[in-house]
Amino acid sequence: MGSAVSPAWPMSYLTTFGPRADPVTGLTWGLIVLSLAVILIVTILVVAGAAVRRLRAASAGEALPVGGSAGGWSWIWIGLALTLIALVAALAWTIAVMAAVGSPPARPALTLEITGHQWWWEARYLGAAPGQTFVTANEIHIPVGRPILIRLTGADVIHSFWIPALAGKTDTIPGRTNLTWLQADHAGTYRGQCTEYCGLQHAHMAAFVVADPPADFEAWREGQLQLAAPATGPAASGEELFVERCGACHTVRGVAAGGVAGPDLTHLMSRATLAAGTVPNTVSGLEGWIANPQALKPGARMPPSNLSGPELGQLAAYLETLK
Amino acid sequence: MVDASCDHAAWPAGALPVGARGRDSVGWWGMLCLIATESCLFAYLLFSYFYIAIQRGPGWSPEPHPPMTLAGPNTLILLSSSVAAWWGEDGARRGRRGRHLGGLALTIVLGAVFLVVQVFEWKAKGFGPSAGSYASLYFTITGFHMAHVIVGLALLSVVLIWSAVGYFTPRRYEPVSISIVYWHFVDAIWLAVFSTFYLSPRLMG
Amino acid sequence: MSAAPNSAWEDARIPRTARVTPDFPGPRLEEIWARAPGLKGWIGDVDHKEIGKRYIVTAFVFLLLGGIEAMVMRLQLAGPDRRLLSPEAYDQLFTMHGVSMIFLYAAPILSGFSNFLWPLLLGSRDMAFPRLNALSYWVYLAAGVFIYAGFVVGRGPDAGWFNYVPYASRTFNPGVNIDVYALGLILLGISTTVGSANFVVTFLRTRAPGMSIDRVPILTWGTLTASVANLLAVPAVSLAFFLLWLDRQFGLHVFDTAQGQPLLWQHLFWMFGHPWVYAIVLPAMGMVSDGLPVFCRRPLVGYTPVALSTVATMALGFGVWVHHMFATGLPDISLSFFSGASLIITIPSAVAVFAWTATIWLGRPVITTAFLFFASMIVLFVIGGVSGVMTASAPVDWQLTDTYFVVAHIHYVLIGINVFPVLGGAYYWFPKITGRMLSERLGRWNFWTMFIGFNLGFFPMHLLGLMGMPRRIYTYPSGMGWDTTNLIVSLGSGLFALGVLLFLINVAVSLRRGEAAGDNPWDAPTLEWSVASPPPPYNFAVIPTVASRHPLWEDRLRETEARSRLDEGLLLARGRETLGTSALDAEPNLILEMPADSVAPALLALGLAALFAGAVLTAWWLAGAGGAICAGALIFWFWPNRRHADLPEVADG
Repeated sequence: MGSAVSPAWPMSYLTTFGPRADPVTGLTWGLIVLSLAVILIVTILVVAGAAVRRLRAASAGEALPVGGSAGGWSWIWIGLALTLIALVAALAWTIAVMAAVGSPPARPALTLEITGHQWWWEARYLGAAPGQTFVTANEIHIPVGRPILIRLTGADVIHSFWIPALAGKTDTIPGRTNLTWLQADHAGTYRGQCTEYCGLQHAHMAAFVVADPPADFEAWREGQLQLAAPATGPAASGEELFVERCGACHTVRGVAAGGVAGPDLTHLMSRATLAAGTVPNTVSGLEGWIANPQALKPGARMPPSNLSGPELGQLAAYLETLK
Repeated sequence: MVDASCDHAAWPAGALPVGARGRDSVGWWGMLCLIATESCLFAYLLFSYFYIAIQRGPGWSPEPHPPMTLAGPNTLILLSSSVAAWWGEDGARRGRRGRHLGGLALTIVLGAVFLVVQVFEWKAKGFGPSAGSYASLYFTITGFHMAHVIVGLALLSVVLIWSAVGYFTPRRYEPVSISIVYWHFVDAIWLAVFSTFYLSPRLMG
Repeated sequence: MSAAPNSAWEDARIPRTARVTPDFPGPRLEEIWARAPGLKGWIGDVDHKEIGKRYIVTAFVFLLLGGIEAMVMRLQLAGPDRRLLSPEAYDQLFTMHGVSMIFLYAAPILSGFSNFLWPLLLGSRDMAFPRLNALSYWVYLAAGVFIYAGFVVGRGPDAGWFNYVPYASRTFNPGVNIDVYALGLILLGISTTVGSANFVVTFLRTRAPGMSIDRVPILTWGTLTASVANLLAVPAVSLAFFLLWLDRQFGLHVFDTAQGQPLLWQHLFWMFGHPWVYAIVLPAMGMVSDGLPVFCRRPLVGYTPVALSTVATMALGFGVWVHHMFATGLPDISLSFFSGASLIITIPSAVAVFAWTATIWLGRPVITTAFLFFASMIVLFVIGGVSGVMTASAPVDWQLTDTYFVVAHIHYVLIGINVFPVLGGAYYWFPKITGRMLSERLGRWNFWTMFIGFNLGFFPMHLLGLMGMPRRIYTYPSGMGWDTTNLIVSLGSGLFALGVLLFLINVAVSLRRGEAAGDNPWDAPTLEWSVASPPPPYNFAVIPTVASRHPLWEDRLRETEARSRLDEGLLLARGRETLGTSALDAEPNLILEMPADSVAPALLALGLAALFAGAVLTAWWLAGAGGAICAGALIFWFWPNRRHADLPEVADG
């Protein structure tokens, strides 16, 4: 991904990379400039007024002069007129931006269902045929340059889905489906995070949108549709452990583990992080996370595993096969 | 230094009533504030009803057309209690002791009847307050109203006792007026509650 | 000259007038209005000045508690991945910080100033309902203690001050934490409601003769507007919390996902919440409108537009609640409407800003500490205002909302438009309240430390928001570009806290050693400065008669022929009495008999506290006992005045 974007501030929306966010960014900058101008003008007026017109303080109790109450209304009228012009401009620009980003420029290439959970994101890729649908978590791959329609809902409490460089926030509300769309014009990884306070681990609920060139995306999609390969060698005992100990909450397609409380792990190794961006997905990161999630993400729904050292190794070895 | 020297236009020329009297009493104005804020409380309750009704759409209510066999006549009973209250207040104003006490007593009796019928109405519902959000709101809103009826009855009872003991005169009966305006408010609120639960589903089909 | 004590009570009488002389008022008024000695006198005191002081002190204590909570959070957030606090501790801290500042400090502090000042500003001897006033304070205290009791035992509210469901429902938040919050806020709502009703009736019925509604100080417009709004808005939040409590306690289904509607919570909460924001700034803006001109040595420019804009802000404020919900997936048409409505609120705010600026330019400012706080508030108000305009634009808000940009905005609004005017008001009115001046020298240090600390601590939060830092996170990873800015924010807020400490030192020192103030140290124009500092318990020896907005400047302004009369007026000394006047023109129409001190309000508050404590602990016997105490206190309270009935029947007139 030669032209991949890697912003210095991964969560900033002062520079954006797609048609859903760009018009908003222009408006944001416009309002920032306008705001700074207003602040500057009023500050100068107040400071200069106090300095220029200042009366040296007399001793306490001494009667100071008192000026008449005439005049001054022209300040209010002129100030109001200027305010009104700025407001009308802001409102017109706002409505123009809303019209511009209201719907995607072309038919969406892909429809995703994203569900906010305490504290991770479930992403369901809707396929044309029943067998073409798959589920992944936290890392959402999309093709570059194509609008993506996203249907958002909440599994438990209200979360808010936000990828600053691509689109503003939309809440994921249990019992409702909200629609949003986004499009990335450049390949790259765009970080996002839950922004509606949702409990203990609200802070550790990142999402990543990975925009791939179309061919890479298709390859990724094909990979995700595959079932997990049967484990062999040392990983085989890890698979048994997984089914027994993890299968109630996690799904790995292809083995008898179909839990839906936690993320689908069928292609765990295709993801760069664990636990919604909390831990890097390395061997040591994975073992540490499984051994005691509560140390890394206190309050997370995943209990400590209480596995022995060798068992932990076997389980990790199995998970490492889930490419 | 008495009134003769009073040369300022803003100073009163004549005698001023002392203490609370009639609608000049601050207590009356305080009651109006209470009624304003309580009206808003019911407005928010009914907003909640309509909001969830619209959000959840048809089929939300387990009883599309709530029966009015008890609620209809009961509404008339409560409305007539307001007439009785007005009559009693008129008695207090005119110094007709019988009308004053009788009106208050009749109001209390009618209010109590309303309360009893309302309990039967609750029992006649085939569901409890935790049966769903419609049931929750039905019992909460009518429960809120019932609580106001009880407060109103308590107020009127205390005022009736004070009236019987002879605390009030034709020029000094603010507690009578104040409790009765509260009672009228409780009746008016019932009309809104009744319209919401019993009439609006019929209008919406 | 004065009426004989306990002379036969009359149904109506022609009130006597008197002239204030060196011999008058003698001790008689003092005797009538003084409070009884001892604990019973202290508990039963209904003097608005005493209640106002209690409000101010209590609110300040909550400000300090909220500030300490903030400082602990800033320690945690000073750098990435810090583990000083557990998430549970952080969540309770940020919730309690919001609850303390918004509910237990910002509104009560203004009630405190208004309570102390209103009768003095309006030329009355007390509020319309002195005992209700005491009740309002005691219930406020009880609610604050109630909520903090939960926090102290580790069961404080932890779902944010906004307390969204379903997170606050029993399913996801099974502890008693949310019940404490829900019931505590309903209790506080009772206090706010009775206090507001008191302000409304006081405004309408007890202004001095001649003080028509176009002559009252802007502070009273601010508090009146806030009070009316409270009467209309507080039921929404009390109801929301009550319904939530029913859901949690008795398994009702109003807010749940399966059968109810979680978004209803947000509507009810913000229908209250947005007007509330104006309720906690408008009286403070009134302080600036009244205080700033004193130091500019001229009347406020544009009294009428400023008064009208106060009311207009609130009227519009009832129509913008949805701008807190721009990301909830509402249709575009609704977003456009609420964006437009939110932008329009700028207009009345702009009126005030330009009126204040013009007052500085057309006056001759005397740079005192109070002036510095008032004048700097204009700048902070504008910063908080323009960031509000940005969030009012729905598409921009999709990016800004729930980031630190909004944290910056709310603090510029609440600290800029509440704390700074309140501190200015404290410097301005401290002499009236205590009879002593605050030190101006320390005051300068106090102001500049707070001003620099505030801007250093909060302006960079705008940048954090623009760099995408979400609110309400207990920690954050490195590499987001947030580390340095967060450190600056923590340091700045520490400096700000130091400034608050300097204020406390100034108060503590000045209470003992401050220069004696005299009646009118600032040469200010309004009625409170015509009486002694601190004012006597009866406020005014005779009821003043008012001819203009600036009774003490009339001779110098020479704008009308008429003159206010402050040293001659109605005496009203047959017991605790003050004058009732008509609502618009303030023409006398009643002699109000004011109640004696009473322990009934404190008793009622105690009963309410027991009732609510019983409910939260599900100790129904306690709730029942509390209810019984309430009923008893109420009957005792409202026992009618028998002597009204004992009068011989005489015809009117």
